[in-house]
Amino acid sequence: MDFLFYMGDVFMPMNFALLLLGTVGGLILGATPGLSPTMAVALLIPFTFQLEPQQGLILLGAAYTSTVAGGAVSAILLKIPGAPANIATTLDGHTMATKGEGAKALQLSFLASAVGGLFGVFLLIFLTPVLAQWALAFGPSHLFWLAILGVTVIGTLDSSSVVKGLLSGCIGLWLATIGFDDIMGAQRFIFHPAVSGGINVIPALIGLFAIPQIITMLTKGRSRSDAEVIKVRRHPIRLAFVEVFRRKTALAIGTITGSVIGLIPGVGGQIAGLVAYDQSKKFSKEGEKFGTGHSEGVIAAESANNAMVGPSLVPLLTLSIPGSPTAAVLLGGLLIHGIFPGPDLFMNYPEVAWTFIDSMLIGQILMCVFGLYIAGFAASVARVPHGVMAAVVLGLAVFGSYSVQNSMGDVYVMATLGVAMYFLERFGFSAAPLVLGLILGPIAEANFIQGAMIANATVGLGSYFFTGWLNWLLILIVVASVSYSVWMEIAHRRYTTKEDAVAKEEALS
Amino acid sequence: MTDLPRSQHIIASGLIAAVGLTVAAISFTQEPADAFVFPRLISSVFAVLAIWTFGKAVLGRSKVGNGLSAQAMRNLLPGLMVMGIYVYWAAKALGFYTSTTIAFFVLLSLYDPAPHGRLGTWLKRAAITAGFMAVIYGLFALLLNVFTPKEILF
Repeated sequence: MDFLFYMGDVFMPMNFALLLLGTVGGLILGATPGLSPTMAVALLIPFTFQLEPQQGLILLGAAYTSTVAGGAVSAILLKIPGAPANIATTLDGHTMATKGEGAKALQLSFLASAVGGLFGVFLLIFLTPVLAQWALAFGPSHLFWLAILGVTVIGTLDSSSVVKGLLSGCIGLWLATIGFDDIMGAQRFIFHPAVSGGINVIPALIGLFAIPQIITMLTKGRSRSDAEVIKVRRHPIRLAFVEVFRRKTALAIGTITGSVIGLIPGVGGQIAGLVAYDQSKKFSKEGEKFGTGHSEGVIAAESANNAMVGPSLVPLLTLSIPGSPTAAVLLGGLLIHGIFPGPDLFMNYPEVAWTFIDSMLIGQILMCVFGLYIAGFAASVARVPHGVMAAVVLGLAVFGSYSVQNSMGDVYVMATLGVAMYFLERFGFSAAPLVLGLILGPIAEANFIQGAMIANATVGLGSYFFTGWLNWLLILIVVASVSYSVWMEIAHRRYTTKEDAVAKEEALS
Repeated sequence: MTDLPRSQHIIASGLIAAVGLTVAAISFTQEPADAFVFPRLISSVFAVLAIWTFGKAVLGRSKVGNGLSAQAMRNLLPGLMVMGIYVYWAAKALGFYTSTTIAFFVLLSLYDPAPHGRLGTWLKRAAITAGFMAVIYGLFALLLNVFTPKEILF
């Protein structure tokens, strides 16, 4: 029950103020189509430099939680999901809004998000110490395979093409080797002075997540968002409470589905929302009403996409393997304060780890309360022209990257990686495995070298890396995730025409 | 899908294959060899996957990714040029705040859907730019104490 011991720290004035700021800011950013939760968190990292580690994490965690929930506002009132995680919410949420039930849909969405989010954070609280204890037994070979697992799972599950996903991961792993080698001090791939010290993770994250979104906004030209913000009529919150808890099946399916999916690296909120929506429809007595403005659709989708937030941080906090792009960005936030997550985190920095987790718990409640009040304002922000949004994000990205080390080199790295990532995305490559490769590359290399040294002095390289049940378990998961994705890709191709695939991609972009 | 995305796929995957092969060549030829053990491992997989992707693109079997339409390119090009000049030249040469003000205003003018012919539109754009720069100055210069290459305000 360590989490109760540190609960009071969340309510210290500065911590609580940052929690409020992150929650309200995240709700507004989340409602803005084109600004993903990952990008919002990446842009916030430079602002955490001058904060204490737990304060920085409170700000980032609150922004992560509330951007996911805030995406429901534009999904319901504008029919534009704020983030991919809110796609399923659009199906019934917007229909409810057009029927004059916008306020009810928003209330249901925030209440369901809070229930799902609280469950997810409790899972994080109770699973993390157990897994962290178990992870203490990990040696260099296991950590090497774990890093490879992180890259391959995200590369295969998060991408539309297995080969391109793995290729993105390889590019990330290669980028991580740029700079001076830690052991020999040799120069590797230094083709420009800007990368002589290696590629700094924070500017790279800002570039990889922010610049492609800026360019996507620019490709829309001088267009204005035609979406009309639907006016909401008052709806008693008491009735929304009754409705959420009356729809127990949808709430339970959404919460459990989201939590389980959150634990699997690489499977994001979009999948959680859509799977929960689909399962709720199958199990509901009123399945035929889904898609016509049925409250169960909103409850299932929103409880699921917020329930995955907490569990998605379990691999990060226990094994230092980020299970999602946003978790990778949070890892960047920890690293700049010199804190390396992993099994020792709860022993060496309990105040940082538990205050952060507790703040996510309180953040769920704040997100629900404030979400209901600022939904109308957030929806108006969502109508800001693309050009204005692109210029604002570009300015923040340039200043944010520069402020990491007061270095122009970081700005060049940010812009170059970002522009390259935009074009790569247009050809089916994904930023998530590249980022994971960049972050996990040093972990994989350090443990590979350390393992090789131990192996050379003892049993030999092959025996060291390929024997023992834990090594084999990790290798099997890598093989299984690649095989499953290849099989899914082939099966999908067999039943889907090229035109369908193109139309789906256009709809999601 | 037309031939345009196919040719784009070939160019994109060809460039990636070239990078993959270059990385592999450097990894296997540079000394000290011990410093390049891990890059060799990575670059081998990188090169194989890149050649596979290039082969698929040449055979017209690249199905994922839509490439870029001519319209999207036309919309994108002015903004990309402004971004390029701003990041790679103006930020250092003119100073962060001066260049950001200019780049922000130019981007706004290029992509804002409001009609260019009205004075009110330009005043609004100038006001948005001034407001944004005030926020940026407050956040980075005053709150985070970030010293830019040409010092405060520049």
